[in-house]
Amino acid sequence: MENKNDVIEIKNLNKWYGDFHVLKDINLNVKKGEIIVVAGPSGSGKSTLVRCINYLEQFQEGSIIVNDVELSDDIKKIKAIREDVAMVFQSFNLFPHLTILDNLTLAPIWVKKTPKKEAIKTAMDFLERVGIADQAKKYPNQLSGGQQQRVAIARSLCKNPSIMLFDEPTSALDPEMISEVLDVMIELAGEHRTMVCVTHEMGFAKKVADRVIFMESGQIIEENTPEEFFENPESDRLKLFLSQILSH
Amino acid sequence: MAVYKKIESKSAPSSSLGVMHWMRENLFSSPLNVALTVLGIALILWVIPPFVKWAIIDGHFKGTTRADCVGDGACWVFIKMKLSMYMYGFYPAAERWRVNLAYVLFITVVLSFKYFKHALPKIIVTVSYFIVAYILIRGGIFGLEGVFYNKWGGLLLTIVVSVAGIAFSFPLGVLFAFGRSSDLPLIKSLSVTYIELIRSVPLITVLFMSAVILPLFLPEGVTFDKLLRAVVGLIIFESAYISEAIRGGIQSISKGQYEAADAVGLSYWQKTLLVILPQALKVAIPNLVGIFISVVQNTTLVMIIGLFDLLAMVQLTSSDSHWLGFETEGYVFVTIVFWVFCYLMSIYSDKLEKRFNTNLR
Repeated sequence: MENKNDVIEIKNLNKWYGDFHVLKDINLNVKKGEIIVVAGPSGSGKSTLVRCINYLEQFQEGSIIVNDVELSDDIKKIKAIREDVAMVFQSFNLFPHLTILDNLTLAPIWVKKTPKKEAIKTAMDFLERVGIADQAKKYPNQLSGGQQQRVAIARSLCKNPSIMLFDEPTSALDPEMISEVLDVMIELAGEHRTMVCVTHEMGFAKKVADRVIFMESGQIIEENTPEEFFENPESDRLKLFLSQILSH
Repeated sequence: MAVYKKIESKSAPSSSLGVMHWMRENLFSSPLNVALTVLGIALILWVIPPFVKWAIIDGHFKGTTRADCVGDGACWVFIKMKLSMYMYGFYPAAERWRVNLAYVLFITVVLSFKYFKHALPKIIVTVSYFIVAYILIRGGIFGLEGVFYNKWGGLLLTIVVSVAGIAFSFPLGVLFAFGRSSDLPLIKSLSVTYIELIRSVPLITVLFMSAVILPLFLPEGVTFDKLLRAVVGLIIFESAYISEAIRGGIQSISKGQYEAADAVGLSYWQKTLLVILPQALKVAIPNLVGIFISVVQNTTLVMIIGLFDLLAMVQLTSSDSHWLGFETEGYVFVTIVFWVFCYLMSIYSDKLEKRFNTNLR
């Protein structure tokens, strides 16, 4: 299983919330440039799993190695990993007291010590790419949900991460705004960045995923290429899940 | 099935706009409301005209002695003659320009804040102002005559104690607020102990403690002046309340903000200072200004340890044997001065809230 190309290696990962076993013996390797979609019913632990990868959640057993650095309480290691792993949240989590532009330049200026002019230029380039450069001086609450999520994606891109984590990026959006965010994600998928996406957007999974993972009750039930995953689901639980989400 | 045409917006009916509509909605919308309106007008008529008659129509403004105040009206001559004591206490008349200069500098500094974009120059300017103002008022170096604290009094003392109290208890309060929200058990329990201990003690007790008990713990020969002890007592007391107001702000911030700050790679201090604190302060502004206003009012308690703030000065001058019987004028004067200061603070807080409001639609 060991492979030089693996950028994320998760081994025998176990996590409990108090007495509740949320992640059970998770083993998952992600290759460089691979796009993984994690699906599953709510409460299956899929969000918790991706949040473990940049150590927003701590875990009790097992190990996660990201870019050859093993996650631990060591602040330096956490910092190193977070510099290279970006995350997009369900509820955007933009900083409401800062303008769109300041949201993007905050981390580059303070963490990477990028000169301000350069940080602004990079930020404007990314805002241009997600199509909201004209809103740079506004505050997050003046934008629609879809625009905010695109800003959040642009913010996460500013540090030029090699790995991107998406935690249900379209679940909090009004239906008419989902596609504008998915379009941006599909464009990113074409750039050979490693992506791990928790999402219910099965169309997105079919289009760009290299592998789709189905989780339930804290464990990985099935893992396959998108074609096989949707056409020939093996387990009954996945069949049930697919019938529930694809029935209309 | 049917398809409907787009309807253009019209302006609102005129009966829902204008002064008459406002009065109907706000003053006479129900029998209870009508009764309250009538009662309110009656109250105003009962209180305001007699006061105006006493204070202005019958009031005495001219003259320099008690003999100039005859009749029932207010004797503002008393205030006029004692005004310099109310403003400066026993501060030597020849040196009062130093106090006035410190006031002018204060206003200049506050007005200049508009032109600074970042927090750091603001902090530098503020800190240097405090140093300059202290040197100006205290003197003793640069050829300025030393004016010991026991000469300070009246409004000067009130302002010095208020400004020093607010300026130092605020950063201390921020520290304790984050201490109490900390994950580290030692820091957390120290902060909780401090806050709960101080909040369970009345300010008068804290002032007595700092005036009487604190010197007992100091090594022999080390003395603070009484003013400094009073200010330290006030700072200790108010910082506990300020920290709770700020903690309220910190708790209003969603977990997502912390996670986003972590995810973009900010360190603990960067996260705290750049993401959490600005948002927490914004939420805490109304409460903080409430506390700041109460600091200004609490400064009147320093009189119990023998300092003469504005209120104590008024009481002192009322017992002047040449001017007996004019306490009312004195207290009305104090009321007006405190009202002006506290109301200005309220207005400023309102402006701050509007300026920091980024939830614009």
